[in-house]
Amino acid sequence: MSAAEVAPSRLRIRDLAGEGVAGLRARPARTALTALGTVLGVAAFVAVLGLTATAGGQIGKRFTALAATEVVVEDADEADRDHLDPAFTADADARVGAIRGVRAAGVWWPVGGDTAPEVGGVVLPGRSAPAQIPVIAASPGLFDAIRPGWSQGRAFDALHDRRGERVAVLGAAAARQLGVTELALRPAVFIDGVPFTVIGVLDGSARLPELMFAVLVPRHSAEEFWGRPGAGRRAKMLVETELGAAQVVAAQAALALRPDAPQRFTVVTPPDPRQLRDQVSADVGMLFLLLAGVCLLIGAVGIANTTMVAVLERVPEIGLRRALGARPWHIAAQFLAESAAIGSLAGWVGAAVGAMTVVAVALARGWTAILEPAAVLPAPLAGLVVGVVAGAYPAIRAARIEPVAALRR
Amino acid sequence: MTALLDLRGIGLTYPGPPPYRALRECDLTVAAGDHVVILGPSGSGKSTLLNVVGLLDRPTEGRYEFEGVDTAGLGNARRAGLRARRIGFVFQAFHLMPHRSALDNVTVALMYSGVPSARRRRTGLEMLDRVGLAHRAYALPSQLSGGERQRVAIARALAPQPALLLCDEPTGNLDSATAERILDLIEEVRAAGQTVVTITHDPVVAARGRRAVTIRDGRLTESTPAAT
Repeated sequence: MSAAEVAPSRLRIRDLAGEGVAGLRARPARTALTALGTVLGVAAFVAVLGLTATAGGQIGKRFTALAATEVVVEDADEADRDHLDPAFTADADARVGAIRGVRAAGVWWPVGGDTAPEVGGVVLPGRSAPAQIPVIAASPGLFDAIRPGWSQGRAFDALHDRRGERVAVLGAAAARQLGVTELALRPAVFIDGVPFTVIGVLDGSARLPELMFAVLVPRHSAEEFWGRPGAGRRAKMLVETELGAAQVVAAQAALALRPDAPQRFTVVTPPDPRQLRDQVSADVGMLFLLLAGVCLLIGAVGIANTTMVAVLERVPEIGLRRALGARPWHIAAQFLAESAAIGSLAGWVGAAVGAMTVVAVALARGWTAILEPAAVLPAPLAGLVVGVVAGAYPAIRAARIEPVAALRR
Repeated sequence: MTALLDLRGIGLTYPGPPPYRALRECDLTVAAGDHVVILGPSGSGKSTLLNVVGLLDRPTEGRYEFEGVDTAGLGNARRAGLRARRIGFVFQAFHLMPHRSALDNVTVALMYSGVPSARRRRTGLEMLDRVGLAHRAYALPSQLSGGERQRVAIARALAPQPALLLCDEPTGNLDSATAERILDLIEEVRAAGQTVVTITHDPVVAARGRRAVTIRDGRLTESTPAAT
């Protein structure tokens, strides 16, 4: 036989994997303790990612269609530099209404100068006239935008507004306060002594619920008696959009209202739900991910430590295996396989624990648990990486042990 | 009988400081099927010679041929290959893996020559049967007596069907009655055609060899042939 015919020793991949798993099964309690740190780290990672996604999804759900379709355009004038012309032109409702995606739009402002106008109902014996009821000037479009419910009557329309008719719509609470119960009698309310015929009583509204305490009059009628909106009582426009159109409408509203001076408006849009969620993820997530990272690091140190102890403990076994034909890299591969197996095991268990945590928290809070596959599936792989990295140094040390010295023990 | 081992002028000097000559000018030829005992007190260079013969250590001088191959020309991978396939070791301390079954401890000897696991298992069970431990195949070493442990170790050494069985104080940790049975087993194996080299300081063990060689201060001397 010649030197070239002597076959080198070898280690099959299957046997390597088998030895790695056998190493874990030989000492189950130690394996569990070794894996614990990594289990916690991986579980923390999965739980943090899952919980931020779950909480984010919760915010997204609360974020109702109503809020998502509401855009408010405000008169941005500083109090000390009043323009001569009103920010909202007479045809403001129509201008904004022409934007695609707008369902309804209406202008409103609280009437009155430094003192609010005095409002009185029908003077009846034994009933003193109430003094402070807010009076709101509104364009007819506002009634479409607030989605009102009517207990009696109707809204004033564009004709009332254009002609400056003395008509009024009462909120439910204001009507009770003023003693207006029956419209068939054509009741009137007196605002600063001027009689306004009540043509409708609101029952409720989806938007601007404060209107239930107010008396609403057409904007032109209000301008006739109390002048244009001014300092301290800026006009606002409420715009209802189609679902999903809010951001686009907001971008165009100011220019549509006043192509000559769009800077006179500030537009308040609903927050973008996705943006909101990302923000929450970023704020809450970063800190906890950092903690999870520290946990994972401690887990890795735990594996490295135990593997190192195992190498020192198993010096005779290393010597024996070398005598049985193992080469240095076979020894290194075996210890690496064991630490990788511990890491993967920790990854699987950690992913499961993390997922269960998310589900448990969601159940307790009545939330919908959201687990992104991208957050859960890489967890076992992360455990494997931790195991390999942690096992690298002990494995190299094991490979360097000389068989002659090892067998002498 | 052809020569299985042929050592010519083997010397091994450990680099110091100070340098230590563990072996000097050793000549030894072992024929296939023979049982050679290397007898010597502790510190005589016995273990060093075992390591050289077992290809765990390289001599610094001389020529060592194993089955006609000059081992100086072999790289570490091929030397490991010879250990895996052609040499079986039996140690004084048994060196069983403590948390693995007797069967696992035997089959591991076949792992580094790439034998598939089903065949490893079959061979392992055969070998345990051969040393009379078929019923203890799934016992842990801690559940075995000293004699049983050494039997497992012998089964492990024999599993790859090696050309050479290399025993290092095989009975050093055993009481004399158990030692007798282990020596009987080794003799039985030799009778079946196995070449055996035993290293010992124990004259009782040495008496079992067909040929005895004495080592003292790293030098080999052929002693009077032991009784056969």
